[in-house]
Amino acid sequence: MSALATWGNELYTGKRSYPFTQKWRTWFTVAAVLLVAVVGLTLARGGFNLGIEFRGGSEFTVSSVGSTETAPGEEAVAQAVPDAEATVTNIAPGTMRVQTDRLTDDQTLAVAQNLQGAYGVGQDSVTSTFVGPTWGADVSQQALIGLVVFIVLVALLMALYFRTWKMSLAAVIGLAYVVAVTAGIYGATGFEVTPSAIIGFLTILSYALYDTVVVFDKIRENTEHNLEETTRTFGENVNLAINQTLVRSINTSVVAILPVGSILFIGALLLGAGTLRDISLAIFVGIIVGTLATIFIQAPLYALLRRGEDRIRANDARVLARRGAGEGTPEGTETVPA
Amino acid sequence: MSDKTPRGRARRTLWWLTALVALLAAILGVGIATGQAHWAPKLALDLEGGTQMVLAPEVSGDQQVTPDQLDQAVEIIRQRVDGSGVAEAEIATQGGRNVVVSLPGVPDPATRDLIQASANMEFRPVITAGPYEAVPKDQRTPTKDFPKPTAEPENGSDPNWITPQLAAEFEAYDCAAQAREQDREDLPADKPAIACQPGDEETGQPGVKYILGPVEVQGTDIAGADYGLVNTATGVSTNQWAVNLTFNGQGSDAFREVTQRLTPFPEGDPRKQFAIVLDGTVVSAPQSNAVITDGRAQITGNFSEQSAAALAEQLKYGALPISFSIESEQQISATLGADQLRLGLVAGLIGLGLVAVYSFFQYRLLGLVTIASLVVAGALTYLAIVLLGWSDNYRLSLAGIAGLIVAIGLTADSFIVYFERIKDELRHGRTLPEAVEYGWARAKRTVTASKAVNLLAAVVLYFVAVGNVRGFAFTLGLTAIADLVVVFLFTHPVMQLLAHTRFFGGGHRLSGLDPSLLGREPLYQGAGRIREFRPAAARTAAAPAPRRAQRSAKEAARRQTIAERRRAERLAAVGTPTDPGTPPADTTEEQK
Repeated sequence: MSALATWGNELYTGKRSYPFTQKWRTWFTVAAVLLVAVVGLTLARGGFNLGIEFRGGSEFTVSSVGSTETAPGEEAVAQAVPDAEATVTNIAPGTMRVQTDRLTDDQTLAVAQNLQGAYGVGQDSVTSTFVGPTWGADVSQQALIGLVVFIVLVALLMALYFRTWKMSLAAVIGLAYVVAVTAGIYGATGFEVTPSAIIGFLTILSYALYDTVVVFDKIRENTEHNLEETTRTFGENVNLAINQTLVRSINTSVVAILPVGSILFIGALLLGAGTLRDISLAIFVGIIVGTLATIFIQAPLYALLRRGEDRIRANDARVLARRGAGEGTPEGTETVPA
Repeated sequence: MSDKTPRGRARRTLWWLTALVALLAAILGVGIATGQAHWAPKLALDLEGGTQMVLAPEVSGDQQVTPDQLDQAVEIIRQRVDGSGVAEAEIATQGGRNVVVSLPGVPDPATRDLIQASANMEFRPVITAGPYEAVPKDQRTPTKDFPKPTAEPENGSDPNWITPQLAAEFEAYDCAAQAREQDREDLPADKPAIACQPGDEETGQPGVKYILGPVEVQGTDIAGADYGLVNTATGVSTNQWAVNLTFNGQGSDAFREVTQRLTPFPEGDPRKQFAIVLDGTVVSAPQSNAVITDGRAQITGNFSEQSAAALAEQLKYGALPISFSIESEQQISATLGADQLRLGLVAGLIGLGLVAVYSFFQYRLLGLVTIASLVVAGALTYLAIVLLGWSDNYRLSLAGIAGLIVAIGLTADSFIVYFERIKDELRHGRTLPEAVEYGWARAKRTVTASKAVNLLAAVVLYFVAVGNVRGFAFTLGLTAIADLVVVFLFTHPVMQLLAHTRFFGGGHRLSGLDPSLLGREPLYQGAGRIREFRPAAARTAAAPAPRRAQRSAKEAARRQTIAERRRAERLAAVGTPTDPGTPPADTTEEQK
């Protein structure tokens, strides 16, 4: 703790500082490369691995099975519906998933019954889902509406709260990046995209912005009197704010990710695919990307957006000129002559 | 209690919180004591097992379903499902466009058809009427003894529609049994049919069964319907309720023909009546007293305001026959649901434990404040969920549990924001009681703004979410509110009180607020890290030869300047002007 506390202190006083705004070119390049990489991989893989909700079909989950062989499941489907293609997978210990084309009600009942026999389980252990092919599209459409509504509202909220639309803009651009990269990671790794995952994506928006608001709040505080500033340029002020909130960013992200990770772990390992895993996976990835984006994209972007303003540019020039002059006088630089 | 010190205010705030929790608990206690509420949250289908169907309306043409129509559709489906004897079914609209039907267990195909069937409204002429009950078996007329039709039927009201078979069936038809069975196959449109009108308990009107002619006006030909008090020709309002009905062009023509035929029948002849049939059941069978040529009919009778409103609703509904297609259907076994609930709770506990461990690691005994705050937030959320389950039948779903777990981290975030602010203030050299107040003044703004973002997201998610993920948005929003309540009414006052204890206020090594770790003696810490931290090394070296230090690390120079400024500010705050004299003072301190 003492080492961490020291680090925190040094970040706070500016004794130790990481060049988040100064090196924006590097971070933006890395971010762009990452984005291109995940999008490229997604395209190379042939798009997203869409869940059954998007393809339409029937799905059965058989829990507490003794054997995890796939053959009994395939047979069970073949007996009930001879020409149906069945995909049987073992998704978690003691849990089998059987996916088929869209079945009629009677066929569904028959398959469910056969599966009980095939795996020697009771009626209580077979869950069936039927999804029309438009269901997933419906969910995505709603999610898209949600996305737009949320972004508009939150941009307004932030613009009002921070009293500058540039913070809103920087936040929203960063947000778009977070969503794109998270979706890209889904596409690149082949994680299944389900309606639950989409809701997870939408939650990321909230988290990513939550984090941004906290950092931006500090930036606003630091740059409030920037025009009377004599020691630091605007960008340096922003950078100090990022550094000062770095410990907090790390702590909040770790704390946020611990419970999500625990659902992900339990959900994926013991339950297999399902609501818990799908929601938590998206959030898990999103929190990491979101925290990094705040530090490396949104805050530096804000500094860039403001840099061009006349008054800020004038003040920055004054600060730099003073610093340049100060370099000649050894004591002067350190002491900040008035 | 007129204590105006921070401690006094803190105590009062904590009393408010206690009162709030006690009030919620008392309400719940009363609910449990009177058997209306249960201490455990109600569980949604995915945790309890059962079937959930999401139905999408199918509308003819490019018509849009209005929320009003959707509500009516829900009402109709509810009547059908209740009628079919399924207990505890829940039917609700979702996102303004879908209907979600949740049933315990697995529905039989008949129930499934019932749910999907469109509401079908039609107008048929009455040919004959009879008692609601079936004629007892031994009193029935043998089929062969019924008169045979003498000719082909000429119009809808022609008794020639009645074949001996139909007459026999009519005699044996038991409306009460049919209503129970809900075998709701659509009546053939071009043939006569038997249909029942259930009795009305309110008016004491007995149930009737009818033989009806073929369909003459379709429900889709209704342009609109409303209800109101009947006005006399002079415009004076009578005390009689009536339902006003408007037909479209095609409907007006058809209805004119019907009334032209029915009106001349003498009073008391069943054939003077036409039946309004909804879903195979006669909802009203008014007499035709005048030929309606303009498509604007008024139905009067023994209406109460309520029954008039109900009939008007049904007629309006007939104007838009909504049928539903099943978009998704899920049958969740009770075993899987129980498993998921158990594992979900386990995941929550693990998550909470990890957060606790990390908080202790980061904030030492301040971690206790985090845990206590989380517990209070948890208690508030629990009370809210159980009370909502009671008042609004809110059910906790698996996604809802996921929301609760995710919220653990989001809730703890706001404490971290506050603690870090306190630390910042301590770094400025404030005492702990001061730091708690100053830190709060800043943290509360940040926390409120960021929670507003969370809440906004939850609300938007809630309104657009389709499917069972709505529960996720709901718990996320609920916990955001609980979090705000807890930060304001618990965490902050508790910190105010703790600031005055010797353990925390004195900055005990384990309190998490040890000033020696927070930069009151920052240079001592800095000096300890000379070797690993180049700029620091540069700085210590800079005291004797600052010029070299600056040349070697321009970046470092800038950082030092920032550090200097901080210290200068601090000194300025206590009255020392910022002047070149400041740094040497620091430098000496640095070399301690």
